Parts: sequence; structure tokens; C-alpha cells
Amino acid sequence: MSTNPQTSFGEGVARRFERAAAEAQRQIALLGGGAREAAFLERIADELREAAADVAGILASDWRTSAAEVDARIDHLLGNKNLSRYGVDPFGFSPEYVKPIIPLVEFLYRVWFRCEVHGIEHVPEGRAFLISNHTGQLPFDGAMIGTSLLLEREPPVMIRAMVEKLAIAAPFFGTFAMRCGQVTGLPENCRALLERDESVLVFPEGSRGIAKPFRDRYQLTQFGLGFMRLALEAGAPIVPIAVVGAEEQIINMGNIEPLARLFNLPSFPLAPLALLLGPAAMLPMPVKYRIYFGEPMRFDGDPNDDDAVIAQKVAKVRAAIEKMIAHGLAERRGYFV
Amino acid sequence: MAPRTRRSNVVITGISGRLGQLLARRLHRQKGVRVIGIDRRPFDRRPADVEHLRIDYRRKKTEDLFRKRRVDVIYHLGLMHNPRASSREHHSWNLVGTQRILHYAERYQVPKVVIMSSADVYGPLADNPTFISEDAPLLAAERFPAIRDLISVDMTAQSWFWKHPEIETVVLRPVHILGSTRNAVSNYLRLPLVPVLLGYDPLLQVLHEEDAVSAIIAAARPGLRGVYNVAGPPPLPLRALLREASRPTVEIPHMVLPQLAGRLYQLRITDMPAAELDYLRFAITVDDARFRRDARFRPRYSVAEAVQAALRAQVFDGDVEFTEDGESAAGGDWLHL
Repeated sequence: MSTNPQTSFGEGVARRFERAAAEAQRQIALLGGGAREAAFLERIADELREAAADVAGILASDWRTSAAEVDARIDHLLGNKNLSRYGVDPFGFSPEYVKPIIPLVEFLYRVWFRCEVHGIEHVPEGRAFLISNHTGQLPFDGAMIGTSLLLEREPPVMIRAMVEKLAIAAPFFGTFAMRCGQVTGLPENCRALLERDESVLVFPEGSRGIAKPFRDRYQLTQFGLGFMRLALEAGAPIVPIAVVGAEEQIINMGNIEPLARLFNLPSFPLAPLALLLGPAAMLPMPVKYRIYFGEPMRFDGDPNDDDAVIAQKVAKVRAAIEKMIAHGLAERRGYFV
Repeated sequence: MAPRTRRSNVVITGISGRLGQLLARRLHRQKGVRVIGIDRRPFDRRPADVEHLRIDYRRKKTEDLFRKRRVDVIYHLGLMHNPRASSREHHSWNLVGTQRILHYAERYQVPKVVIMSSADVYGPLADNPTFISEDAPLLAAERFPAIRDLISVDMTAQSWFWKHPEIETVVLRPVHILGSTRNAVSNYLRLPLVPVLLGYDPLLQVLHEEDAVSAIIAAARPGLRGVYNVAGPPPLPLRALLREASRPTVEIPHMVLPQLAGRLYQLRITDMPAAELDYLRFAITVDDARFRRDARFRPRYSVAEAVQAALRAQVFDGDVEFTEDGESAAGGDWLHL
């Protein structure tokens, strides 16, 4: 077992957690005064030590889904996908492209973020709208929701996330997202997917939500109304989702707008940890994710109603997500545990 | 459409183009069909019973044809897109010419007009929906003004539906036609070293030239009118197409290629304006369900066969070069990618 590269890699990861905890401890000494800061860092160090033990435990266990099962699960998704001879569906999803990256995604899911999933049975098969809060600067929340439904739900369900147009236009990422089954966030695409009885994941906050600064964490921003009109049109149930934990993966003290404009990005986060970590500050920290799937909500009415009427319905979905976030925040003991 | 007792006369503009020739050969074999072509270019190995008027179709003399004979169908393939020709020439040839043809159709009561537009008029945009329907806006000129006159032709034909409901007008918007045609995508496949953009792999749809001809003939079915997308087999990624063609590719970063392509174009080494490179970045995938349903059209050729048709043409084609006046570009041969 000890010669298994996977295990030694795991030990490395666990050691890294320990080292981070030690670093936090060291910072306390440097701080000198500040009892509040010291207490905070003390807490972080404790959490990291606990997380390190968790990670070591996970890595020692048989945490990986076998390649055969991954294949079987992905093949299960292909029922209504209509793959061409070249292995892609009309949206550009390619199962052969996805299969080899599942081990990495599963590592993020089980080890790095130690995702804890609640209420996954609420996600129906067939057409559905999955509506989630959007946090954490980089869209790992979407990836983890998708992974949970692929690896944990019986039978697995594939989600199609509506991706921001700017991201789809970017080299590499756009192609990557599409091969993984994600689509450009357009009502036309949503309609086409629901017609095929697929599940669509929408972040109605869009870039407003994911890019918000640290001080606004877990405050939902304004929800778009489009998804509700489409849900009414297609008669699709809405599953509210709350992701708790992702907010702290990258600390953003504010948006540097000129840089965002320069790189044509929705936001350019000011990450204070960049002083310590350099560009690595833009990588997610190993926070613990908690994903809550709420009970499906059904709405009736005219999809072409006034904004005010639609907004009332959207407010109910938003309230459901808000409630789950509050529950998740109350339940958790820390960022890393 | 035509009474059985009488021969039916069909007119093909741009008959000397590759598609025009294929269409002529297919139609003249049908019983009771008289094919009359208009094109100032020569038509080699013309079947004996195909008439060929070697004139510029914009000239007054074209009207004699309609005066003397009752025409049952006009297949208007005589549009050009030659990046080297002036915008004035484009405007006159495509827009003025088309208006004249429509005018004859009205004056001499031609019951059916089929116009070859192209799916390229939608434009390669990052936020194209996966299934572009016929009602989608024609936005290609946003990035690429040289295509404006082709969009105008398409729109002219659309307003024509309203003015002359007694004439069955069909506008076809086929995807990339592959074969002996000298259009951009066929030319692209024949390049000794095919450039692709690093990090981009858009989906695309191709149509074998024989299927394109079948679609044109299917469009002449009595009762059919309106705008139709025409596609062949399901979409596939650009790189899968190039693998199918076993073409050597060179990956070029998007930062570099536009400048490089612009320079090569200026030096007359290539015939692809830099703006057309967006066709290598973003997909135009159309929804062809309406044409399949209304015209009962089924493409017969696979992607592999279409690719082979394009590559085979290279062997025989000594005359791919353009003549000085851009003449050979006219005639239903689409040059853009």
C-alpha cells in the first residue's frame, strides 16, 4: 500500500494541510497584540488540523469511484443525448472527453472540498430547473453540483449549466465547458434542453453573485427573472439549491474594475492572499462545501406575465435558497470543517 | 406545378458554378424538363439538351428569355462572394442582380423561385444558440461587413414573400457545402497545412454537394415557400472534421492569427480575410427540422463522404485559381467559411 503513488500523494496533501495550520499558528506569534486576530487564527489552525485528519482518513479509504462505474454512470446519462458518430451531442457534450477528467473532478469533490450533500433525492429525473446561489469567484460550485448528481444520485442525473457568454467565448475554457455538456446561457438553449427533458442549472445571480466581495458573503444578490418564465413555459419543476462554503474559497476584497475591463472579465477580484501566495491566491482554498437540494417547487401562471408577477414567484425561490443558506451557516462549525 | 402536357422550363442563374453544373446535370435527366442556364462563364462538358446563355445575368438580354418562354422555376444560384472583388461589384452583382431576377419572376409570372443564401448570414457569434432557427437575426455583418450584400439579398427575398404571395419563393440557408465547390470551407480543407485556433474547437455542420443539389430540387416542390435552414449529418467539432480529412493542422494562438492572416491576405498568398477567422472560433449550428419536415429532405451523404468529395476535387482541379476579374467566383460558389 505504501508504494501506491495515490497514497503517498494523499499523505502529501494531508501534510500540506498540517503545514498550513502551522503557518497560521506562526502568524499568531508575528501578530503580537490583537487578541481577536489571534483567536481567529487559532481557530483556523484548529480547523485545518481537523481537516488534515479528515483528508488523511478519506485518502486512506476507498474514496474513488471505479472507472467501470464512472463509465456506467456516464453511459446512463446518454439516453436522450443523441450522440453523433463523432461522439458529441448537438450541444457539443462529449462523454469520451469527460470520462478521463472524472478522477480529477472527484478528487476536488471528495478530498479538496469534502462535499457534503443533503436532499439529493429531491432532484427529479426528466426536465427540471436547478436554481442555485452563485459564489466563490470561480464556478467550482457548478462543477460540484454536477459532480454530486453524477456520482451520488441514484440513478445519476446530468445537469447542463447555463454559462456566461464571455466565459464560453474564452479559449480553452469555452471548449472545455461545452465538451462537459455546459451550454451558452441563452433562453433558446434552455428551451431546447427542457424540450429534451434535460435538467438545466441556472445561477440567476450570474456574475453579480459569483464575483461579489467577501464582506457581502452569503447575501444573495438580485435574481434574474428569465428562468421563471422558461419554467412556466415548459412546466418544469424548480429545485432550489444552496451551496455553503464556496464563498470562502477565494477571498475577494473588492473588484478592480480597470483590470476587469482590460482583460474583458466580469470582475477582477482583489485577493489579499496574493501577497502571500502570488497567483495561487486565485486557486480555491480547501474549504468544506455543503450542498443543500430543496424540495421541488412548482409554479403555475402565464409565462408572459408582468415582471412584477414573475418577480413574486422568483422571490419564493430566492427565499427558499436563503433559508437553506441560513440553515447551512448555522449547521457548520467552520470554513474547513 | 407544370402541366404534364407541356415541358417545364427551369432557369438556373450561375449555372457554370460547381453547384449549378451539378444541378443542371441532375435536372436535365428528369423527363420533360428543359434546363436553361445563364452565366457568362463557360460550361464545359455541357449536356446537349441544356441551353446556356453566356451573358451577364444583370443584362437586359436576360429578359428576352422570360419574354419568349414560360418559365416554371428559377433557381437563383448566381450570387458571388469574392473577398477580392470590390463592394460595388458585390452590390451590383448580388443585390441589383437579384432584384432584377425577382422583377422578371413577377412580370412573367414565374410560379416558383429558389434562392441560395447561406447559413453564414447568421454570423459566427459567441452567443449563438445551439439550434439557430430561421427567425434568428442575421448578424454576420457585425464583425464582417463584406457579407452585408448577401444579407441584403436574403432580406430582399424575405420581403418579397409578402409582396408576392402568388409566387412561391424559397430561400435556402445551407450550412458549409463540401465537394468540388470552390467555397471557403472546401478550400480550407484542401490547404497543405490547415490552421486552427489554439483553444477553440467549434461545432460545425457540413453538407455534401450532392445533398445540397437534392435540397435545391426539394425546395422546388409545389406548395413549399419560406426560409429554410439546410443541414446534413449532425454537427461535429472542427478538429474531428480535420481528423476525418487526415489533414495536418497547425495550432495558432488567436492573438497572432488575425494579424498573420491579414498580412497573408494583403500579400495575396491566401484568400481569407482576417475577419472570417471567427468562423474557426464560434459555431453556427442551425436547426434544420423545418426543412426536413416540410420538404421531406433527408441528407444521404455522411461527413466522411462529404470530406472525401472535397479532397478528391483537389486532384482534378487545375482551375481553382480565380480569373483576373473575379469571374470564376460568381455562380453559387460560397467563399466564406
